[in-house]
Amino acid sequence: MKSPAPYRRIANEVHPPHLYPDYKSSLARAPSHALVRVKQTLSEITGPSRSRDWRDGDADLTHANGGEALGERIMVAGRVLDEDERPVSGALIEIWQANAGGRYAHPSDQHGAPLDPHFTGIGRTVSDDRGAYQFMTIKPGAYPWGNHPNAWRPNHIHFSLFGAGLATRLVTQMYFPGDPLLELDPIFQSVPDEAARSRLVAKFDIDVTQPNYALGYRFDFVLRGRAATPMEA
Amino acid sequence: MALPTSSQTVGPFFSCGLLRNPLNDLVRPETRGDRITIVGRVLDGDGVPVPDAMIEIWQANADGRYRHPEDDQEARLDPAFEGFGRVGTDANGAFRFNTIKPGAVPGPDAKLQAPHINVTVFARGLLNHLSTRIYLSGEVLNATDKWLQAVKESRRRTLIATPENAPGAHVYHFDIVLQGKDETVFFDF
Ligand SMILES: [Fe+3]
Repeated sequence: MKSPAPYRRIANEVHPPHLYPDYKSSLARAPSHALVRVKQTLSEITGPSRSRDWRDGDADLTHANGGEALGERIMVAGRVLDEDERPVSGALIEIWQANAGGRYAHPSDQHGAPLDPHFTGIGRTVSDDRGAYQFMTIKPGAYPWGNHPNAWRPNHIHFSLFGAGLATRLVTQMYFPGDPLLELDPIFQSVPDEAARSRLVAKFDIDVTQPNYALGYRFDFVLRGRAATPMEA
Repeated sequence: MALPTSSQTVGPFFSCGLLRNPLNDLVRPETRGDRITIVGRVLDGDGVPVPDAMIEIWQANADGRYRHPEDDQEARLDPAFEGFGRVGTDANGAFRFNTIKPGAVPGPDAKLQAPHINVTVFARGLLNHLSTRIYLSGEVLNATDKWLQAVKESRRRTLIATPENAPGAHVYHFDIVLQGKDETVFFDF
């Protein structure tokens, strides 16, 4: 069997530390031991990239239960690339988000903002041959949370991506430009590198905007790239 | 070179998006291999069950082959086995998977790795997902597995699922302890 090339390591400052005391939920859940560093094997280079029930996409979140969702319609579009800027096609992308009022259609969301019967806040799609994807949705509202007194999450959309292998699995959040809450949000601020942090903020893009229908934001993903040399045989 | 996208937590409300179709039974009647059940709980550093975690598993089929274009071993694919599962923990932090015992797959040293199930853990409070492996107690290859050998001997037991006393059923127990004295070994690869 030929040996596939492993994925490159990511610099430490790109991902948050496991323990980030300003984010209270990390206190009892972050591992206290250092992770054990190991060489990738076939197990990490392969991954659930094309599972059977993922083909049915629903990339338009603006209609549900026979009606139109309330709020500001937005188109979120972008590409999934690797570090060498090669497109990652066939990546499953799943999103979940609060409605325009800042409330999730989730039984444990206690925020007093109204539910929207025509907005479920969940969607999924698969990147195409160019790595491109898009969602039509509603701009999510900010919402309060219990992390510290008067804590509010900035507007955000949660994203989950499966690239080609287990090593490229990514869960992240997309934020909106100009949001004053970003400065105050420990989850956003947990990313050490300022450039990496700013990459989590979508860019307003008039070319993504749908005339007379929805504003447009561009948000690209960069997954780990491949090392130049194959795994040692 | 482009800067990779940073990880962020799944937060508390992921289940509506990610667990619409939970998948904890990987086995169909025609799937090849020995049936096993993995049961366990996710616990935090205070020993408190984590009711809002998600566990994903990924494994080879009974012949040790992954359903993936980059696994071009001669071992057979199984049309009745995908190898992927994902499920949320319940109010007691518990999870369960019905699957098959994976075959051994080659490691980077061209020797066989011990049979294992790859595990990814997500939860509120985890800014990055965590990666670990379930090995099965009693496997001969456990003694020579490179990843197990990379772990201090005193912590290796956290990676080995132990059989439960359930007559006629191959039930293995595997807890995931996020932090503390009995902390599960998590890998960085
Ligand atoms: Fe959220």
